[in-house]
Amino acid sequence: MVREFARPRRKNPVLRTRLPNLPPGGRSRVALGLTAAAALGRFELQRCRDCQAVQYPPVEACSRCLSVRLRWELQSGDGLLIAQTELAHSNDLFFRERLPWRLGMVRLDCGPTVVVHLHGDCLPAPARVRVDARLDRSGQAVLFALPDTETANMADDPQLREFTCDPRFRKVLVTDGRSPLGQALVEHLVKAGADLVWVGQAEPWKQFPGLDALRAMPQVSIVPLDLTDSSSVRELAAEIGGRVDIVVNNAEVHRTHGIGDRQGIETARLEMDVNYFGLLRLAQAFGPALRARAADGPTGAVAWVNLLSIYALSNYPPHGTFSASKAAALSLSQCLRAEMRSAGVRVVNLFPGPMDDEWNQTVVPPKVSPAVLARALITALKSGVEDVFPGDVAQEWLERWRDNPKALERELAG
Amino acid sequence: MDSAISIEAGGVARGDVGGASVLLRLAAELVSGQIRVVDLTQTLAPEFPQISLPPEMGQCWPFRIEEVSRYDERGPAWYWNNFSCGEHTGTHFDAPIHWVSGRDLPRNATDTIPPEDLIGPACVIDCTAESAADADFLLSRSFIERWESVHGRIPARAWVLMRTDWSKRTDPVAYQNYDETGQHTPGPDAEAVRFLVEERQVIGFGSESIGTDAGQAQYQRPPFPCHYYMHGAGRYGLQCLANLDQLPPTGAILICPPLKIRNGSGSPLRVLALVPA
Repeated sequence: MVREFARPRRKNPVLRTRLPNLPPGGRSRVALGLTAAAALGRFELQRCRDCQAVQYPPVEACSRCLSVRLRWELQSGDGLLIAQTELAHSNDLFFRERLPWRLGMVRLDCGPTVVVHLHGDCLPAPARVRVDARLDRSGQAVLFALPDTETANMADDPQLREFTCDPRFRKVLVTDGRSPLGQALVEHLVKAGADLVWVGQAEPWKQFPGLDALRAMPQVSIVPLDLTDSSSVRELAAEIGGRVDIVVNNAEVHRTHGIGDRQGIETARLEMDVNYFGLLRLAQAFGPALRARAADGPTGAVAWVNLLSIYALSNYPPHGTFSASKAAALSLSQCLRAEMRSAGVRVVNLFPGPMDDEWNQTVVPPKVSPAVLARALITALKSGVEDVFPGDVAQEWLERWRDNPKALERELAG
Repeated sequence: MDSAISIEAGGVARGDVGGASVLLRLAAELVSGQIRVVDLTQTLAPEFPQISLPPEMGQCWPFRIEEVSRYDERGPAWYWNNFSCGEHTGTHFDAPIHWVSGRDLPRNATDTIPPEDLIGPACVIDCTAESAADADFLLSRSFIERWESVHGRIPARAWVLMRTDWSKRTDPVAYQNYDETGQHTPGPDAEAVRFLVEERQVIGFGSESIGTDAGQAQYQRPPFPCHYYMHGAGRYGLQCLANLDQLPPTGAILICPPLKIRNGSGSPLRVLALVPA
């Protein structure tokens, strides 16, 4: 049985901080279909629309009938472990540092037999397992077989931990504690076992509800941080940058204007300054240290989280300038993801629909509550997904956007 | 200039009024240290507190600065920055056009204000004890009249500076002094402002806190009386001043030219005072 993950001992400071090595990251274009689904937390394989055969590995033409009419479909992942082995030697740098490594073969109920990374709690073959597609440190999907029923310390399997970003025993920076979402994030990160949560506060003279409750948590440390002020961001990075394992950038400015109902550009510029340039400032200041500490022990630097919006995908004209700033942030987050990938640090984007907050006061429900969004983030970190669409509105708009982005543009225009 | 009287009263230059000799003596006394230059300006820095309006309103930019190059690949032999701020950031000047009551006056903006208005004598009214006892202290007409009974009548075209030692509050939280009902900082009441404008013909009013009006001035009648009456009469404002404790009650000369922004409502500036040593 997998043992409970224990708090790692303090690092010996005379030893060098090791640099990250990544698992093999090369994929064919068609194989990236597996990655695209895994980024959303889905296990999808191609199914032939002519003969119905499910394909593995991803292919250009059906392995049974050669039809090219293949479609990615959600799979349950249920299957039978038919063989397992333990890798004792590897010339691959990533696996070489992590030996021994459990591997297995699973015959999926949907057809194909697949090679999998094998969870330590899977019973010896033949045994029922559940296969999931997970992103590895290269950001590519691989298949991971988990026990078909929950075990005591399932998330603590050392192999599985190589695919996840569990906040437990980690140190987190939440960039804004003023918003109800910021406070919910802090609460849930602490509940998930984070050792320390630094919480940013801009404009300290503005007291806000909930500040005392934040201060009362022993894990919380309130720090001055204003994303519009480069020197403030740099100063905080100088102080704590080398200790942060997860950055959660939830600071945002949200005003409810389109183009025609607000004169001038001042509010739009403020949105851009926080939502876009704020991310840039933060990434320049905190990114390098995070990359350098990606292999710093079992609780080293692991993830970067951005609060985006479903409006980043398609503009919602009543909140048009906000949508534009989030689209800019989405684009920059892709750049950040590319730059973080060399270290294996995961960039997680949250795309909520309307949140139940002050600036959506006149938006009719359903709205995502801060607690639901915070729980969705913890789940995403623990399962290692990249793109999170929490709540009904975000899910529906995601489906519509994937189906026909032009149609969604028209629908959002009202 | 009308202010000749007060220059004499302050003892900066006696006799020989007019002509080059006064200026030459001024230069000589600056060199000899008989006249001291006091800097009344807060340093422009990102962490200096900024006026805050309700979030749905337009906001004045705080001071921000970005490095362009520092003897590096972005510019090998030179160091320089770009900065941004609002017209009402840090120690700053309010022009009459800033307030709706002064919108239609002639020469009411930073580029058209008569330059001779930007140098003048200063009367410093010490409200330190009262402000320490009550953050919402309002400077009244009777308080000013008591001050005049000791220091003499406020001359026409003088600056009146309200000394509160608020600038010594280096903690931004204490400087802004917000609670759930808003900001609590001292300022003048409406009657005092009318008295200064109409019966003393002051050229402007200066304060150490973030506005020339008190923190709770939206509840006065009219709201923000110092802005309303001063700017409505074509007079000026200075706020976020520092070092007023280094000025005598009378006798200092204020030098406070704002940036020449076309149609500007104000600007950050360096405020200097010439003080007899």
